[in-house]
Amino acid sequence: MTSIENVKKNAEMDAKTHGYFLTSDQTLLKELVNGLKKNEERYGYQSCPCRLASGKLELDRDIICPCDYRDPDVEEYGQCYCALYVTKDLHEGKTVIQPIPERRPTEKQARAYTISSEPSTSSTTDKKESPEKIFQTKMKLWYCKQCGYICYREDPPYTCPICKAKKEMFTELKITTIFH
Amino acid sequence: MQTVKVPGRNKKHKILVYALSTCGWCKRAKQFLKDNKIEYEYIDVDLCNLDDKQKIFKEIQSRGGILAYPTLIIDNKTLLTGAPQDKLKEALEI
Repeated sequence: MTSIENVKKNAEMDAKTHGYFLTSDQTLLKELVNGLKKNEERYGYQSCPCRLASGKLELDRDIICPCDYRDPDVEEYGQCYCALYVTKDLHEGKTVIQPIPERRPTEKQARAYTISSEPSTSSTTDKKESPEKIFQTKMKLWYCKQCGYICYREDPPYTCPICKAKKEMFTELKITTIFH
Repeated sequence: MQTVKVPGRNKKHKILVYALSTCGWCKRAKQFLKDNKIEYEYIDVDLCNLDDKQKIFKEIQSRGGILAYPTLIIDNKTLLTGAPQDKLKEALEI
Protein backbone atom coordinates (compact mmCIF):
# COMPACT_ATOMS: atom_id res chain seq x y z
CA MET A 1 0.00 0.00 0.00
CA THR A 2 1.34 3.41 -0.96
CA SER A 3 1.94 5.91 1.84
CA ILE A 4 0.36 9.38 1.69
CA GLU A 5 3.82 10.88 1.07
CA ASN A 6 4.40 8.52 -1.83
CA VAL A 7 0.96 9.19 -3.36
CA LYS A 8 1.93 12.86 -3.43
CA LYS A 9 5.47 12.14 -4.62
CA ASN A 10 4.20 9.95 -7.47
CA ALA A 11 1.78 12.67 -8.54
CA GLU A 12 4.58 15.24 -8.43
CA MET A 13 6.80 13.02 -10.55
CA ASP A 14 4.03 12.39 -13.05
CA ALA A 15 3.27 16.11 -13.27
CA LYS A 16 6.94 16.84 -13.93
CA THR A 17 7.17 14.16 -16.61
CA HIS A 18 4.22 15.62 -18.49
CA GLY A 19 5.03 19.29 -17.99
CA TYR A 20 2.17 19.85 -15.53
CA PHE A 21 2.07 21.12 -11.96
CA LEU A 22 0.10 20.05 -8.93
CA THR A 23 -2.49 22.50 -7.63
CA SER A 24 -0.93 25.18 -5.43
CA ASP A 25 -4.04 25.15 -3.20
CA GLN A 26 -2.51 23.15 -0.37
CA THR A 27 -5.86 22.33 1.28
CA LEU A 28 -7.28 20.96 -1.96
CA LEU A 29 -4.03 19.10 -2.68
CA LYS A 30 -4.08 17.44 0.72
CA GLU A 31 -7.73 16.41 0.31
CA LEU A 32 -7.15 14.99 -3.16
CA VAL A 33 -4.05 13.05 -2.07
CA ASN A 34 -5.97 11.69 0.93
CA GLY A 35 -8.82 10.78 -1.42
CA LEU A 36 -6.50 8.86 -3.72
CA LYS A 37 -5.04 7.02 -0.76
CA LYS A 38 -8.52 6.19 0.56
CA ASN A 39 -9.58 4.85 -2.83
CA GLU A 40 -6.47 2.69 -2.99
CA GLU A 41 -7.38 1.25 0.40
CA ARG A 42 -10.99 0.64 -0.67
CA TYR A 43 -10.55 -0.61 -4.21
CA GLY A 44 -6.88 -1.53 -4.55
CA TYR A 45 -6.20 1.28 -7.02
CA GLN A 46 -6.10 5.04 -6.93
CA SER A 47 -9.27 6.00 -8.73
CA CYS A 48 -10.17 9.67 -9.15
CA PRO A 49 -11.27 11.09 -5.77
CA CYS A 50 -13.88 13.30 -7.47
CA ARG A 51 -15.67 10.53 -9.35
CA LEU A 52 -17.79 7.65 -8.13
CA ALA A 53 -15.90 4.41 -8.78
CA SER A 54 -17.56 1.05 -9.32
CA GLY A 55 -14.86 -0.77 -7.39
CA LYS A 56 -14.25 -3.02 -10.39
CA LEU A 57 -10.84 -2.38 -11.88
CA GLU A 58 -11.83 -3.00 -15.49
CA LEU A 59 -14.76 -0.60 -15.26
CA ASP A 60 -12.75 2.08 -13.48
CA ARG A 61 -9.60 1.83 -15.54
CA ASP A 62 -10.28 5.12 -17.32
CA ILE A 63 -10.54 7.01 -14.00
CA ILE A 64 -7.43 5.64 -12.32
CA CYS A 65 -5.31 8.70 -11.58
CA PRO A 66 -3.87 10.10 -13.79
CA CYS A 67 -7.14 9.44 -15.60
CA ASP A 68 -7.69 9.12 -19.34
CA TYR A 69 -9.31 12.54 -19.39
CA ARG A 70 -6.48 14.45 -17.72
CA ASP A 71 -4.53 15.39 -20.85
CA PRO A 72 -7.48 16.68 -22.91
CA ASP A 73 -8.84 18.50 -19.83
CA VAL A 74 -5.53 20.18 -19.04
CA GLU A 75 -5.23 21.11 -22.69
CA GLU A 76 -8.73 22.63 -22.83
CA TYR A 77 -9.25 23.99 -19.31
CA GLY A 78 -5.74 24.18 -17.87
CA GLN A 79 -6.63 21.65 -15.18
CA CYS A 80 -7.82 18.09 -14.79
CA TYR A 81 -11.33 17.29 -13.54
CA CYS A 82 -10.40 17.32 -9.86
CA ALA A 83 -7.72 20.04 -10.35
CA LEU A 84 -4.88 17.91 -8.98
CA TYR A 85 -2.96 18.49 -12.22
CA VAL A 86 -2.85 22.04 -13.52
CA THR A 87 -0.89 24.18 -15.95
CA LYS A 88 1.79 26.63 -14.84
CA ASP A 89 -0.66 29.56 -15.08
CA LEU A 90 -3.08 27.93 -12.69
CA HIS A 91 -0.28 26.79 -10.42
CA GLU A 92 0.97 30.36 -10.16
CA GLY A 93 -2.55 31.65 -9.54
CA LYS A 94 -2.77 33.67 -12.75
CA THR A 95 -5.93 31.75 -13.56
CA VAL A 96 -8.34 30.56 -10.89
CA ILE A 97 -9.16 26.87 -10.61
CA GLN A 98 -12.83 26.06 -10.86
CA PRO A 99 -15.08 23.07 -11.52
CA ILE A 100 -14.92 21.97 -15.16
CA PRO A 101 -17.37 19.89 -17.21
CA GLU A 102 -17.20 16.10 -16.96
CA ARG A 103 -15.65 14.54 -20.05
CA ARG A 104 -16.24 10.94 -19.00
CA PRO A 105 -19.20 9.48 -20.93
CA THR A 106 -22.40 9.17 -18.86
CA GLU A 107 -22.79 5.48 -19.72
CA LYS A 108 -19.42 4.78 -18.07
CA GLN A 109 -20.31 6.83 -15.00
CA ALA A 110 -23.68 5.12 -14.71
CA ARG A 111 -22.13 1.70 -14.11
CA ALA A 112 -20.95 2.73 -10.65
CA TYR A 113 -24.63 3.03 -9.68
CA THR A 114 -25.66 -0.39 -10.93
CA ILE A 115 -22.77 -2.58 -9.87
CA SER A 116 -21.99 -3.30 -6.26
CA SER A 117 -18.46 -2.37 -5.25
CA GLU A 118 -18.59 -5.25 -2.79
CA PRO A 119 -17.49 -8.70 -3.98
CA SER A 120 -20.63 -10.44 -5.32
CA THR A 121 -21.82 -13.33 -3.22
CA SER A 122 -25.33 -13.95 -4.48
CA SER A 123 -27.30 -13.85 -7.68
CA THR A 124 -29.11 -10.62 -6.78
CA THR A 125 -27.30 -8.73 -9.52
CA ASP A 126 -28.95 -8.84 -12.88
CA LYS A 127 -26.87 -11.14 -15.05
CA LYS A 128 -26.99 -8.72 -17.98
CA GLU A 129 -25.35 -6.06 -15.85
CA SER A 130 -22.72 -8.25 -14.23
CA PRO A 131 -19.18 -7.01 -14.80
CA GLU A 132 -18.17 -10.44 -15.98
CA LYS A 133 -20.60 -10.11 -18.88
CA ILE A 134 -19.34 -6.64 -19.68
CA PHE A 135 -15.73 -7.85 -19.72
CA GLN A 136 -16.62 -10.66 -22.06
CA THR A 137 -18.38 -8.44 -24.52
CA LYS A 138 -16.49 -5.20 -24.43
CA MET A 139 -12.81 -5.69 -23.66
CA LYS A 140 -10.55 -5.36 -26.68
CA LEU A 141 -6.88 -5.20 -27.54
CA TRP A 142 -5.81 -1.76 -28.77
CA TYR A 143 -2.63 -1.00 -30.63
CA CYS A 144 -0.90 2.38 -30.98
CA LYS A 145 0.10 2.69 -34.62
CA GLN A 146 2.79 5.23 -33.70
CA CYS A 147 4.83 3.35 -31.09
CA GLY A 148 3.39 -0.15 -30.90
CA TYR A 149 2.01 0.15 -27.35
CA ILE A 150 -0.71 -2.43 -26.75
CA CYS A 151 -3.41 -2.31 -24.09
CA TYR A 152 -6.41 -4.45 -23.22
CA ARG A 153 -9.41 -2.34 -22.30
CA GLU A 154 -12.83 -1.18 -23.49
CA ASP A 155 -11.68 1.87 -25.42
CA PRO A 156 -8.26 3.13 -26.40
CA PRO A 157 -6.83 5.81 -24.07
CA TYR A 158 -7.25 9.48 -25.05
CA THR A 159 -3.47 9.74 -25.24
CA CYS A 160 -0.90 6.98 -25.63
CA PRO A 161 0.96 6.75 -22.30
CA ILE A 162 4.20 5.94 -24.14
CA CYS A 163 4.41 8.25 -27.16
CA LYS A 164 1.54 10.70 -26.44
CA ALA A 165 -0.18 9.93 -29.74
CA LYS A 166 -3.87 10.86 -29.80
CA LYS A 167 -6.68 8.32 -29.47
CA GLU A 168 -7.17 8.31 -33.23
CA MET A 169 -3.77 6.62 -33.62
CA PHE A 170 -5.10 3.51 -31.88
CA THR A 171 -6.57 0.65 -33.82
CA GLU A 172 -8.18 -2.53 -32.61
CA LEU A 173 -5.83 -5.47 -32.68
CA LYS A 174 -7.36 -8.68 -33.91
CA ILE A 175 -5.37 -11.84 -33.49
CA THR A 176 -5.98 -14.74 -35.78
CA THR A 177 -4.40 -18.07 -35.00
CA ILE A 178 -3.94 -20.36 -37.96
CA PHE A 179 -3.47 -24.06 -37.26
CA HIS A 180 -1.67 -26.16 -39.82
CA MET B 1 -31.53 6.96 2.81
CA GLN B 2 -29.48 8.36 5.68
CA THR B 3 -28.53 12.03 5.42
CA VAL B 4 -26.20 13.89 7.77
CA LYS B 5 -27.53 17.20 9.05
CA VAL B 6 -25.10 20.06 9.62
CA PRO B 7 -26.78 22.71 11.76
CA GLY B 8 -26.48 26.40 10.96
CA ARG B 9 -28.16 29.68 11.87
CA ASN B 10 -29.28 30.33 8.29
CA LYS B 11 -32.23 28.04 7.63
CA LYS B 12 -33.71 30.07 4.80
CA HIS B 13 -33.25 27.27 2.26
CA LYS B 14 -33.48 23.51 2.45
CA ILE B 15 -30.21 22.23 1.06
CA LEU B 16 -29.24 18.67 0.23
CA VAL B 17 -25.69 18.01 -0.90
CA TYR B 18 -24.83 14.85 -2.80
CA ALA B 19 -21.09 14.47 -2.26
CA LEU B 20 -18.21 12.02 -2.33
CA SER B 21 -16.24 11.52 0.87
CA THR B 22 -12.98 11.68 -1.09
CA CYS B 23 -13.75 14.73 -3.23
CA GLY B 24 -11.93 17.99 -2.61
CA TRP B 25 -14.61 20.08 -4.36
CA CYS B 26 -17.31 18.49 -2.21
CA LYS B 27 -15.38 19.32 0.95
CA ARG B 28 -14.97 22.86 -0.32
CA ALA B 29 -18.73 23.23 -0.89
CA LYS B 30 -19.53 21.80 2.55
CA GLN B 31 -17.00 24.14 4.13
CA PHE B 32 -18.49 27.12 2.28
CA LEU B 33 -21.95 26.34 3.66
CA LYS B 34 -20.53 25.83 7.14
CA ASP B 35 -18.50 29.05 7.03
CA ASN B 36 -21.64 30.93 6.03
CA LYS B 37 -23.56 29.25 8.85
CA ILE B 38 -26.02 27.74 6.41
CA GLU B 39 -27.86 24.65 7.56
CA TYR B 40 -27.66 21.73 5.17
CA GLU B 41 -27.86 18.00 4.86
CA TYR B 42 -25.48 15.81 2.92
CA ILE B 43 -25.03 12.28 1.69
CA ASP B 44 -21.63 10.85 0.78
CA VAL B 45 -22.70 8.78 -2.22
CA ASP B 46 -19.57 6.60 -2.26
CA LEU B 47 -20.45 5.37 1.22
CA CYS B 48 -24.02 4.43 0.27
CA ASN B 49 -25.25 0.93 -0.49
CA LEU B 50 -26.19 -0.04 -4.03
CA ASP B 51 -29.93 0.58 -3.52
CA ASP B 52 -29.29 4.13 -2.35
CA LYS B 53 -26.81 4.74 -5.16
CA GLN B 54 -29.50 3.74 -7.65
CA LYS B 55 -32.03 6.06 -6.00
CA ILE B 56 -29.54 8.94 -6.14
CA PHE B 57 -28.76 8.15 -9.77
CA LYS B 58 -32.47 8.34 -10.67
CA GLU B 59 -33.00 11.44 -8.55
CA ILE B 60 -30.16 13.39 -10.19
CA GLN B 61 -31.08 12.24 -13.69
CA SER B 62 -34.80 12.98 -13.24
CA ARG B 63 -33.89 16.54 -12.34
CA GLY B 64 -31.82 16.85 -15.50
CA GLY B 65 -28.55 16.84 -13.58
CA ILE B 66 -25.30 15.20 -14.53
CA LEU B 67 -23.49 12.61 -12.45
CA ALA B 68 -20.94 14.98 -10.96
CA TYR B 69 -20.17 15.97 -7.39
CA PRO B 70 -20.98 17.97 -5.45
CA THR B 71 -24.59 18.22 -6.61
CA LEU B 72 -26.76 20.51 -4.51
CA ILE B 73 -30.53 20.43 -4.47
CA ILE B 74 -31.88 23.68 -3.10
CA ASP B 75 -35.47 23.87 -1.83
CA ASN B 76 -36.23 20.62 -3.61
CA LYS B 77 -36.21 22.40 -6.98
CA THR B 78 -32.90 24.02 -7.98
CA LEU B 79 -30.07 21.67 -8.91
CA LEU B 80 -26.54 23.00 -8.83
CA THR B 81 -23.62 20.91 -10.09
CA GLY B 82 -20.04 21.54 -9.04
CA ALA B 83 -21.20 24.33 -6.74
CA PRO B 84 -19.17 27.25 -8.09
CA GLN B 85 -19.21 29.85 -5.32
CA ASP B 86 -20.72 32.67 -7.39
CA LYS B 87 -23.69 30.53 -8.41
CA LEU B 88 -24.02 29.19 -4.89
CA LYS B 89 -24.11 32.70 -3.45
CA GLU B 90 -26.71 33.72 -6.00
CA ALA B 91 -28.92 30.69 -5.31
CA LEU B 92 -28.65 31.13 -1.54
CA GLU B 93 -29.00 34.92 -1.67
CA ILE B 94 -25.88 35.62 0.37
